[in-house]
Amino acid sequence: MLLNSLTDMSEETINNVIIKEDDDYVVNMGPQHPSTHGVLRLEVFLNGETVKKLVPHIGYIHRGIEKMCEADTYKQVIHLTDRMDYLSAHMNNEAVCLAVENALGIEVPERVKYIRVILDELTRIASHHLWWSAFGMDLGALTAFFYGMRDREKILAIFEESFGSRLLHSFNTPGGLMHDVHPNFQKHTMEFVKYFRKKLPEYKQLLTDNVIFHNRTKGIGKMSRETAIAYGVTGPSGRGSGFECDVRKVAPYGLYDQIKFKEILHDEGDSFARYLVRMEEMEESLNILEQVADNVPEGDFTAKMKPIIKLPEGEYYQRVETARGELGVYIVSDGKKFPYRMRFRSPNFGNLFVLNTLAKGGLIADLVAISGSLDLVIPDIDR
Amino acid sequence: MILDIYSFSTLTANIDKSLHNVMAPWLAVATELVLIGLLFLIFYALLGLFLVYLERKVCAVMQNRIGPNRVGKWGVLQTIADLIKLVTKELIPIKNADNFLFNLAPFIVIIASFMAMAALPFAKGLQAIDFNIGIFYVIAVSSLGVIGILIAGWSSSSKYSLIGAMRSGAQVVSYELSVGLSLLAIVVYTGSLQLSTIVQSQADGWWIFKGQIPAIIAFIIYLIASTAEINRGPFDLAEAESELTAGFHTEYSGIKFAFFFLAEYINMFIVAGIAATLFLGGWMPLHIGHWEAFNRIMDYIPSIVWFFGKTFFIIYIIMWFKWTFPRLRIDQLLNLEWKYLLPLSLINIVLISFVVLMGWYF
Repeated sequence: MLLNSLTDMSEETINNVIIKEDDDYVVNMGPQHPSTHGVLRLEVFLNGETVKKLVPHIGYIHRGIEKMCEADTYKQVIHLTDRMDYLSAHMNNEAVCLAVENALGIEVPERVKYIRVILDELTRIASHHLWWSAFGMDLGALTAFFYGMRDREKILAIFEESFGSRLLHSFNTPGGLMHDVHPNFQKHTMEFVKYFRKKLPEYKQLLTDNVIFHNRTKGIGKMSRETAIAYGVTGPSGRGSGFECDVRKVAPYGLYDQIKFKEILHDEGDSFARYLVRMEEMEESLNILEQVADNVPEGDFTAKMKPIIKLPEGEYYQRVETARGELGVYIVSDGKKFPYRMRFRSPNFGNLFVLNTLAKGGLIADLVAISGSLDLVIPDIDR
Repeated sequence: MILDIYSFSTLTANIDKSLHNVMAPWLAVATELVLIGLLFLIFYALLGLFLVYLERKVCAVMQNRIGPNRVGKWGVLQTIADLIKLVTKELIPIKNADNFLFNLAPFIVIIASFMAMAALPFAKGLQAIDFNIGIFYVIAVSSLGVIGILIAGWSSSSKYSLIGAMRSGAQVVSYELSVGLSLLAIVVYTGSLQLSTIVQSQADGWWIFKGQIPAIIAFIIYLIASTAEINRGPFDLAEAESELTAGFHTEYSGIKFAFFFLAEYINMFIVAGIAATLFLGGWMPLHIGHWEAFNRIMDYIPSIVWFFGKTFFIIYIIMWFKWTFPRLRIDQLLNLEWKYLLPLSLINIVLISFVVLMGWYF
């Protein structure tokens, strides 16, 4: 089954290379366009309003992060990873930290593990807030944006209190954390959990239960489990197609093997299923926070580390679950203080390039509903 | 000349008489026309500014915000500042555009909405032209605006504009039917197309109360269809910014863009004004059966307040739609009209004719 769809895909890819025909009506969505969330250019071939095919063009904000990593120490690399998927900055940091720690065989203190999980889930909720807001905007529900932002603000306030910055806090460092969290950190996290549990029904009223919203998303952009696997679509987008790809379950890291939580799966594979996965994931993150936030043990905020980290010669790989899917960090070390080569497997690349398969044959409005439900962050692809 | 806020006919008659006293009849009529035109221009501009301000405040309330609050008290001067910005902005010439049509389009749109306003009865004795085919005229004139939109989309040689204009054309032509049929419902009740007669017929009760269930159905159909006809959310497909950046007016800048913008808001006012006139009694106060005391108190509220109160109530509902609903897709939009609203309004007309024949209304 999987093999079949892989061969299908390669045929499809070959077909996509066909250059513009004379009667094609080509519309460029982007690089500056309200619905592309970043500098992505979609070359859309239209027949009336129907999308015949589309070609994503990337690279508008390529900053050469992977190359820059080769000239930085492992502690400096952390600050670059923030700038890939800026909405899951913490998870990106954690991926590099875990890779380095595993390579050196360092066991981080329990306190660090707990705080990392709390940050993971807070970041995930904040990222889903922004996605929910922007998805509403894509579908023309402008008010949704302000409700999402209102709640996201609470999380950013918690971050600001402890780390001094709201989005790219680079709080992780190989071996632990930069410094200890603010004394109010746990208290405010629990307050947020209580607050957001009360506010979630509003999200339901505004979008989830809306008839127009159902019409716009149900049955739109159907992605089968095979397609998801073939294109490497991970994260909530993959789980909306029934693909069990939650790295927190598949290959637990940190504290995730000790926490009870569900992997959210929906089988429909349409935009609405992807929407529901994220909505339920927010609730599940609240459950995780409730288990963890009250039980953070006292202790050191970092393990003992040498000032200059040198990884032993070899190759190291670590993957984590970001808000958008599976992020892989691949480090090749030649024993010096800089990595010899660093490579990231970003979740958004797979999530973007499945777009042609999903949007083909639909209307322009469907294209927006699909790309919104895939929750793309373009700087993560360009790096 | 005494200004009687309960009836403007004495005031207008006095002006008419004094003008005829000092000049030849043809000159008097010409002066009156110019005066009315000027009045409408001023009213049009002020109304546009106020509606933009209102929309920003209403949407701010719906979105947990304060809205404009820096320029002037409560931000009342914000829209004036915006207007100055728009007027002084550079008009960007478009390469490959059909310049004559490109410049003509905003005027067609704004003239259409300007003409429709002439027939609205704002208060007792305050109506510029009282045609005997008033409703017919308003529908005919207000649907001219779509020609401007189509021209704008075609002449700006932009792909987004063209798609937006195509959508708008399909949408307005379809929803025009439902708007017409739902207004016809009231025409069947009153037996007249003249707006003043229709208002008079509601002296003892508004049609939405008198007209039984069919009138309520017609009112709801009218609200939906007219929202679609003026291209407002959730039916704002012609300028769906997440799909087509700004739709048919993507390429317009400065004052030309302001014309489209203004016309959109005035169209909203016209649509709400027609709804208020036909279904909610126009400038007629609220009267309930035999409650004499209550009716007397209601009579003390001037007719102009009644008209604008009702109109702004409907405008608020239309704004409420826009800020809470997601946008429909083009095929769903047309399905809604051709498969649901149009058959429903046809059945409704039959129902109303039956009700009127049997005399089952108050």
